[in-house]
Amino acid sequence: MSRPFTPAVVTASDLRGGHVVWLAADDRWVRDIAAAELIEDEAHAALRLLHAQSQPLVVVGPYLAEARRGPHGPEPAHFREIFRSRGPTHLLPGPGPGPVQPAG
Amino acid sequence: MYSYSDFDEAFVRARVAQFRDQVDRRLAGALTEDEFRPLRLMNGLYLQLHAYMLRIAIPYGTLNPSQLRQLAMIAERWDRGYGHFTTRTNIQFHWPRLVDVPDILAALADVGMHAIQTSGNCVRNVTADHFAGAAADEIADPRPYAELIRQWSTDHPEFSFLPRKFKIAITGAPADRAVTRSHDIGLRMLRDAGGAPGFEVLVGGGLGRTPMLAQVIRPFLPEAELLPYIEAILAAYNAAGRRDNKFKARVKITVFEHGLEAFRDEVEARFAEIREGFAGVDAALLASIRASFAPPPLAARDPAPFHAALARDGAFRAFSDTNLSPHRHPDHAIVTVSLKAHGATPGDVSADQMRALADIAERWGHGELRVSHEQNVVLPHVARADLPAVWAALKAAGLATANVGLISDIIACPGMDYCSLATARSIPVAQAIALRFRALELEHAIGRIKIKISGCINACGHHHVGHIGILGLEKGGVESYQVTLGGDATEAAAIGERAGPGFAHDEIVPAVERLVEAYLALRDGPEESFIDTFRRLGAAPFRAALYPREGRRDAA
Repeated sequence: MSRPFTPAVVTASDLRGGHVVWLAADDRWVRDIAAAELIEDEAHAALRLLHAQSQPLVVVGPYLAEARRGPHGPEPAHFREIFRSRGPTHLLPGPGPGPVQPAG
Repeated sequence: MYSYSDFDEAFVRARVAQFRDQVDRRLAGALTEDEFRPLRLMNGLYLQLHAYMLRIAIPYGTLNPSQLRQLAMIAERWDRGYGHFTTRTNIQFHWPRLVDVPDILAALADVGMHAIQTSGNCVRNVTADHFAGAAADEIADPRPYAELIRQWSTDHPEFSFLPRKFKIAITGAPADRAVTRSHDIGLRMLRDAGGAPGFEVLVGGGLGRTPMLAQVIRPFLPEAELLPYIEAILAAYNAAGRRDNKFKARVKITVFEHGLEAFRDEVEARFAEIREGFAGVDAALLASIRASFAPPPLAARDPAPFHAALARDGAFRAFSDTNLSPHRHPDHAIVTVSLKAHGATPGDVSADQMRALADIAERWGHGELRVSHEQNVVLPHVARADLPAVWAALKAAGLATANVGLISDIIACPGMDYCSLATARSIPVAQAIALRFRALELEHAIGRIKIKISGCINACGHHHVGHIGILGLEKGGVESYQVTLGGDATEAAAIGERAGPGFAHDEIVPAVERLVEAYLALRDGPEESFIDTFRRLGAAPFRAALYPREGRRDAA
């Protein structure tokens, strides 16, 4: 018997800005994983990933990242994806975030 | 330092224009990501965990104040106000947008900088002793040779698609501050019986998943034969190196699989073929390069103000004890500026600090700055009389941490806080160790010790050559840290041995603390450093300290 499908989100890097984005149910690319679409069906996941892969002028390297349902929306399952969703875990030097990067 | 010739200037500008066009074509859809990736990597642009990362070359770690000011400008205008110095003496910006990178490269070209060959399977930035041109123990400044190799290797048509990346390090002093034995080629200056300069040539070193120390392929290579001999090594490697398996493609594996003798035969045969072709062109070039590295005029200066400050100020004395090294001119010193303030990210430097360093170098340091592979900045020529003023200026910029060579002076790669290859974080481990030992107020009592941390098996944090090495891995869905002991990055180079099972993220700092406590209990007086105690006693007592429960189990 094949392994049951683990819920996932589609994530990628924004082509122009390089920042992390997730695919929402309404096809927008969002900056907050909580606003992403949690995909619980394997066939639907394949379709959503295809949809992401068909946008090479918007995103780079889309993939399915394991996620789980949280109180405010999807949450990353693996620690790598936790860091990816929150940014570096150490205090950054300098005055803080630089130029605002528009989403999408 | 070396200034760009018209040729260099035109070459770099052409590259910027070329890359601007490549970015435009990627954004317009004329290039796919698969087509674009190698082009951006050739210009030092990676796509990392959170953003693009631009790795900018700092050839042999040498910078001038206007370059550092320009890096500060770039950090503020196009990034997040800071940069990160790496273990290969480059600087990385961790947040540039793709659309801004052509402008960043143009701004770099304005000050004679670029990101060419900071990635890809080519000859990478040639690193050198960060005390070059200043060290009291130096035979000759290694940087003219490094610059000669840089010019020869840049866009070299034969060596632009090597089996794998290729790193060269060079030292001009018997003390090896450039970790030559961990490089694909290590060059160590020597003099022959007649006093003529030359090199001990080492080949096949590297860290990563298969750590190996470079072996001597030529005990003495006359200076004049440097370039043809290196070309012969590259040619032999280019032909024999494996292209079927990325993990077996470095020259260390070629040397290992073929054997040093067989590889040497290949190199010598190739050398015999090409030696004539160089016909002195390289010597003429070297002579012209050497003029660019003329040492600054160092006048005799009464060091009385230095001694007065030492007597007056304990904090200055602590800084002097750890952060100064002997200069060949007795009235001068080499200042190592620590980028390892307790709790800070090793190697990170803010734009304000870059400008402060540029100002200090200009005012008191003959306009010279170096980046060390240990992720610190060096002011190579400071008059001892000026040290109190330099220290005060560093202090004002948050750069006077007196910990060079101590337990908080840790090398750490960016790890999983930035790097897409990482399997665990490095930076928070370094920060926690530094803060812990400051809280214990043990740092100075512990003395000289090297902790090096990598966030994956690729070993950018040089963990194999740390007295205590820490390797972050993933185990069962969580971060796990493996400890190696007894590594050494100096002329007494050694690969550390794995101590045993890994530690969880919240266990690794206590584990390091137990190691250090064991050392303090076992050492033969404060003069015996951690590595010397380790060499005297072997790993067993340190293993016992790391894994106390196992010992109890064995005893039961």
